[in-house]
Amino acid sequence: MAGRKKMKKSTRSNLMTFGFVIAFWALIEIVRMTGHMTAKIGGLLIPVCAYVVMAISLNLVVGFLGELSLGHAAFMSAGAFAGIYFYTTAGAALPQWLAVLIAFLIGGAAAGIFGVLVGIPVLRLSGDYLAIVTLASGEILKNVLGAMYIGSDSRGLHFSLKDQFSLGMEPDGKMLLKGAMGIMGIKKFSVFTVGIVLILITLIFVTNLMNSRAGRAITAIRDDEIAARATGINLTKYKLMAFVSAAVFAGFAGVLYALNYSSLVADKFDYNLSINVLVMVVLGGMGNVLGGIIAAIILTVLPEMLRGFSQYRMFIYSIVLIVMMLFNQAPAFVSWRKRFMMRFRKKAPVSGKEGI
Amino acid sequence: MRKMMCVALTGAVTAGLAMSSMAAEVIKIGGIGPTTGPAAIYGSNVQNAMEIAVEEVNAEGGDIQFELQFEDDQHDPETSVNAYNSLKDWGMQILGGTVTTNPCIAVGSEAVSDNMFMLTPSASSQDVISIGDNVFQVCFTDPNQGRASADYISEMELGSKIGIIYNSSDAYSTGILNTFLAEAQEKNLEVVANEAFTDDNSTDLTTQVQACKDAGADLIFLPIYYTPASQILKAANDMGYETKFFGVDGMDGILSVEGFDTSLAEGVMLLTPFVATSTDDLTVAFVKAYQDKTGDIPNQFAADAYDVVKVLYKACTEAGVTADMSASDICEALKAVITSDGFSYDGLTGESMTWDASGAVSKDPRGMVIQDGVYQPMD
Repeated sequence: MAGRKKMKKSTRSNLMTFGFVIAFWALIEIVRMTGHMTAKIGGLLIPVCAYVVMAISLNLVVGFLGELSLGHAAFMSAGAFAGIYFYTTAGAALPQWLAVLIAFLIGGAAAGIFGVLVGIPVLRLSGDYLAIVTLASGEILKNVLGAMYIGSDSRGLHFSLKDQFSLGMEPDGKMLLKGAMGIMGIKKFSVFTVGIVLILITLIFVTNLMNSRAGRAITAIRDDEIAARATGINLTKYKLMAFVSAAVFAGFAGVLYALNYSSLVADKFDYNLSINVLVMVVLGGMGNVLGGIIAAIILTVLPEMLRGFSQYRMFIYSIVLIVMMLFNQAPAFVSWRKRFMMRFRKKAPVSGKEGI
Repeated sequence: MRKMMCVALTGAVTAGLAMSSMAAEVIKIGGIGPTTGPAAIYGSNVQNAMEIAVEEVNAEGGDIQFELQFEDDQHDPETSVNAYNSLKDWGMQILGGTVTTNPCIAVGSEAVSDNMFMLTPSASSQDVISIGDNVFQVCFTDPNQGRASADYISEMELGSKIGIIYNSSDAYSTGILNTFLAEAQEKNLEVVANEAFTDDNSTDLTTQVQACKDAGADLIFLPIYYTPASQILKAANDMGYETKFFGVDGMDGILSVEGFDTSLAEGVMLLTPFVATSTDDLTVAFVKAYQDKTGDIPNQFAADAYDVVKVLYKACTEAGVTADMSASDICEALKAVITSDGFSYDGLTGESMTWDASGAVSKDPRGMVIQDGVYQPMD
């Protein structure tokens, strides 16, 4: 009986999450069709989608596996650079939709491979140690990508970690990756619907994983690692599964994000971005997918909405962040909110009994 | 509640009307740059200088009146594009920005698809102007600086063994480095050491200086900003390494680094378009206006930004731009005027500046050397 009730609850919350994403899409499309879309909102749509995917995927590691990862931006970066590198080179000859599709696949695969590379040594650690190592691996990738030069001319590809000059390129050669300047001249592909589809795919994967045997193993590891090990759960396997899946979706998010701009620089994917995504997850409630989505939307849009405050913008942003954290997580607020909701629930049946 | 809504709506409508009636008189200029974050000093200088220049333009009372709106981008391409979109919603007709290179490249492609005229004060990469034919620069391109530095060093025979310390995580620094190396090879300058650091490990640069010393460099070329440069000068002094230093425009500001012994900068040479201690009337007036407004000495970013507004003013006047024109029409008119043969501008950062269709400015770099704590012309 209790089990059935619990199942129902999770199905309902999944439906709510999907419903929210589709309603968000419909709302934006209606605003667009009626011609009320401003340039500001229009420009934020794709980053919002990318950060939502980032938040959902990081939730796998932080919320469900219970490990603190501070290097999630690195997977986004790996995906973005691999996908965009393909998109601007071999992909240029293909039809755009096909190039975009393959770029997504390559980006996801690259991020996944990087996830395995980082994951195998890292997941032997846990807690603070794991957090520090993920942070370091993110910084390593950022610095390596930021120092990498790749150029092509009639003699083939040239590669250097020093400077553009040491590539020894012919004068008519073309730079593909230019160190700190990154990749330039990306033919933009920013379609909001593609972003929403990516969010839905991520959601389907994550909700299915969490309701599967593997998902229960992963949450068991979070709740008590020793007990999980004692029941015969293969810790490394399930930890790696959560970690690498999160990396793959972060890679997808990276490709989506990068396709929205004409240039891509490694510096963007620093620990600030990792922390930002972590804040989204924590604000939304660890393990709460819908909460993470809403937090990602709010935290991406909020700094832009505060532009009226000019240089106090980020100051006010921080205060709003603290207030939201308190409102969401402080025990006194939580109990107040519960009491408030109770009152609301008591009244609800009177006005709409058939709705329940 | 409903009453409040009504009041709010009426307010919004009145504000909207007020804005649209103002739009008929003034040309709306947008500015984008980092006024918060690690690069805040550059954006703030640009914002202040643009405000000063716009006030001067409007005080002249001519047909052309400017209104400036400046948005923060935190030196981040994503935020910069957001700022650009905000400015578009505000009704921007010309963009005087953006300040830093990587954001400028991201914003540039947006400006190209909107056909928005864009004149950047300080985004100096070649890649900025190659985005499209509507993007122009007031500063030198990095390649020009690298080439000019190599030429200058070889012409003046300043050094025979050259060491380089550069910031490999910075587009500005690597941009200059690449052309410097190419030109150095052309001019048979011997580069004996080429050492890199990144933004993340710029607190101790002793290793890089030591490498140059070991290689026997008698001149160190520093295509970097002044903060790390001040550490390099200190490190060289600490290890008793006597050598010459040659910087580019990012070196400007080294005399105002807090806690830095300026006597270490004696004899440092640099190529820079603007020197705040110059005695010509324009510079003196600008530095005074800037100090009255902020209490600080303007750097070259401020000077570039001042020139941006004044160039736009001159070009708008000659092109007969009016406030009711669309951004795209203004862009076409300004493009035609600024690249025409007769157009030339004398400003803070150079005399008889002209532009070609590529968007690059043509002006002479000035070689300066620091003597007795002030900049002196080198020749």
